Amino acid sequence: MKITINGESHTCQAGETLLSFLKAEGISPQTVVAEYNGSIVQMNQFGTTLLHDGDSLELLRFVGGG
Amino acid sequence: MEDQLIIGGKEIKSRLFLGTGKFGDDHLIPKCIEASGAQIITVAMRRIDFHTSQENMMQYIPKDCILMPNTSGARNAEEAVRIARLGRAAGCGDWVKIEVVSDNKYLLPDNEETLKAVDTLVKEGFTVLPYMTPDLYAARRMRDAGAAAVMPFGAPIGTNKGLRTREVVQIMAEELDLPVVVDAGIGKPSEAAECMEIGAAAVLVNTAVATAGDPVRMAAAFGKAVQAGREAFLASPGAVRQYAEASSPLTGFLHEA
Repeated sequence: MKITINGESHTCQAGETLLSFLKAEGISPQTVVAEYNGSIVQMNQFGTTLLHDGDSLELLRFVGGG
Repeated sequence: MEDQLIIGGKEIKSRLFLGTGKFGDDHLIPKCIEASGAQIITVAMRRIDFHTSQENMMQYIPKDCILMPNTSGARNAEEAVRIARLGRAAGCGDWVKIEVVSDNKYLLPDNEETLKAVDTLVKEGFTVLPYMTPDLYAARRMRDAGAAAVMPFGAPIGTNKGLRTREVVQIMAEELDLPVVVDAGIGKPSEAAECMEIGAAAVLVNTAVATAGDPVRMAAAFGKAVQAGREAFLASPGAVRQYAEASSPLTGFLHEA
């Protein structure tokens, strides 16, 4: 299935959760803020957020800034 | 009498706020925070880049700092609100620096859109500090909307030009009953001291420290300058005069008859 992450198309397995996707990408979930189909997902819900074909995800993190 | 700075109901121990962008090496960030004494630290939020491995910069910010995510990248109020909410979801508290910019050459903040974002975010319980174009009326509207402080620029972001907006900032500091924090454009400690001497409550610097030859030393210099400027403001500088007025007595000279 295909989902859009940060504006780019990604292929991922059916049954994948947000948490398993991040782990597979080698990204520490504690450093991520996620918006799933336009709504903020709290960190403790990453493991129960199932990804579906056509979903849109925004994944952000803190960077240096003024 | 104790000289306290209270913002958002919190006593702030340093009148220097420090940004974390543009550091050649993020390991310098905690050293600069320590050397300057800064407590309020700004960060930005960006999309994760899957093509490059990136360090988690949050590990470089001491836990006793107040983290203030900015909404840089927002071009209107709606985007600023969205970024602010994401920042809070990341669990870094309720503070936010509103930054709404749609002019990419001078990065001047849009006061009208900024005010809309302030209004929404204050109602959601954020401690809101808007970065703004210096303007007394706009600042009053920010205050009426519940801003915790206002942050007029001294010069365009990253220019190190100093306090080019002195006249308006001084009027804002005098007339507003909430803290005025000079944010952006300050390049040297003397300029930070100047902001404080005319009544600013605090100064936010980033580029001046991050791009200095020795950022840690410059951070320490800014910490001292802000303290010195504040002391000078509290001490009320003497009057400026056109002509000389001798500091030594004008009687008892040797040549007197």
